Amino acid sequence: MAKDKHGLNEKVILKVENLYKSYGSLSVIKGISFQVYQGETTVIIGSSGTGKSTLLTCINQITPPDKGRVWLEDIEITDPHIDINMIRSSIGMVFQHFNLFTHLSVLDNVRLGLTVVKKVAKEEATLIAKEKLNLVGLADKLNAYPAELSGGQQQRVSIARALAMNPKLILFDEPTSALDPELIGEVLNVMIKLAESGMTMVVVSHEMGFARAVANDIIFMENGVIVEEGEPDMMFNFPQNPRTQEFLHKITELYGGKEE
Amino acid sequence: MNFLELAWNILPKLLEGTLVTIELTIIAITMGVLLGIPVALGRVYGNKPVYIICTFFVEIIRGTPLLTQLFILYFGLPSVGIMLSPFVAAMLGMGINSAAYQAEYFRGAIQSVKKEQLIAAYSLGMKQVQTIRHIVLPQMFRIVIPSWSNELIYLLKYSSMAYMIQAPEIMSQGRLIASRNFRTFEVFIVVALIYLILVLVISKMLDLMEKKVHIPGL
Repeated sequence: MAKDKHGLNEKVILKVENLYKSYGSLSVIKGISFQVYQGETTVIIGSSGTGKSTLLTCINQITPPDKGRVWLEDIEITDPHIDINMIRSSIGMVFQHFNLFTHLSVLDNVRLGLTVVKKVAKEEATLIAKEKLNLVGLADKLNAYPAELSGGQQQRVSIARALAMNPKLILFDEPTSALDPELIGEVLNVMIKLAESGMTMVVVSHEMGFARAVANDIIFMENGVIVEEGEPDMMFNFPQNPRTQEFLHKITELYGGKEE
Repeated sequence: MNFLELAWNILPKLLEGTLVTIELTIIAITMGVLLGIPVALGRVYGNKPVYIICTFFVEIIRGTPLLTQLFILYFGLPSVGIMLSPFVAAMLGMGINSAAYQAEYFRGAIQSVKKEQLIAAYSLGMKQVQTIRHIVLPQMFRIVIPSWSNELIYLLKYSSMAYMIQAPEIMSQGRLIASRNFRTFEVFIVVALIYLILVLVISKMLDLMEKKVHIPGL
């Protein structure tokens, strides 16, 4: 179902147009354009150091791009006059190293954005936070601190933290790369559940199994540009570009994810 | 008169001084916190002018002895028409001095809050002030406790400098007593014991506080 070509809905949630970013003389992103439709999952793959993570932080303007434009629905968020904090509150972000607030309990980690940014009353924020923590299977860890959790649990808290804000889109920056192999599954399962429930997601990941299962679109990036983009079937079975072929071959050997 | 009798006799006077010492220390450490945190924030988050002002303050105060600062306040300021009582001069001098040191402790603590957590806060849509208020400061207060504890203990002992501008703290009282009974050795042994007891009590209290606010992983 999730793989239907844009489903019934042709609504574009995220549009990135001709994005550039460099650090000094080092160009990291060199003219990237793509769009993500509502309820779809785009998986970005590519070797490390090719600007995938930078691309994500350019989208929510944590790293302001040098050039190019980004739209969230029909709002241009690269417009300097925009209230970027309001925009960020509707773009979830999940990080490789979870980035949970170490001094706050699990419940407070998930509740903080609601009470501080969205000014939701504490009781209501608690209800929402508990609902999201329940969704990621951590209803029994409300009072634990991040340091008391496993990496997989921490990452699920951070997904709940993103979900609590009721985002239009969630960006995942290598969400399972810092996890022990036996903890990857629990995080991927939550992400698959999210994708199937219709959340719009952009995921930088090397989990090919995940990409096959839920991606509507796969983007292969190298040296700051999109080398190839397409549906998973096309990308996995008939990649056009020799670099894509080579990369997918290597990554499939490493991470598995061959179709059963 | 044996040592215990002597100690017992001079204790009331010394405790008067101890009270002044404690007052001075509490006021100075509080001034230091109230002034030190903004200075630390100014050095980390301030724009260029704010950064420069805060850095100047820290470097000038840390770069000159407390005793010199006390003399400027107490003996120097009257020449420009500002007369301070010994207690007020000692309080101001110690407070400002402590602020400079505390600013550095707080700055270190602020900078050791993980940058990733700040990015997470910004990604939630939090403004910089909100991030400082909800992420940076609560962690800073916990991280800073060990070095801040040292500052409190130093400050208590450095309050003895106030003797030099005639503030009636414990050293002044000791000197006064010794000048009358000529039992300098015994008098200052008692003074030293009082300091020691105060420091031990403070250490224990801070220890308990650190345990009480401890959060796993912080």
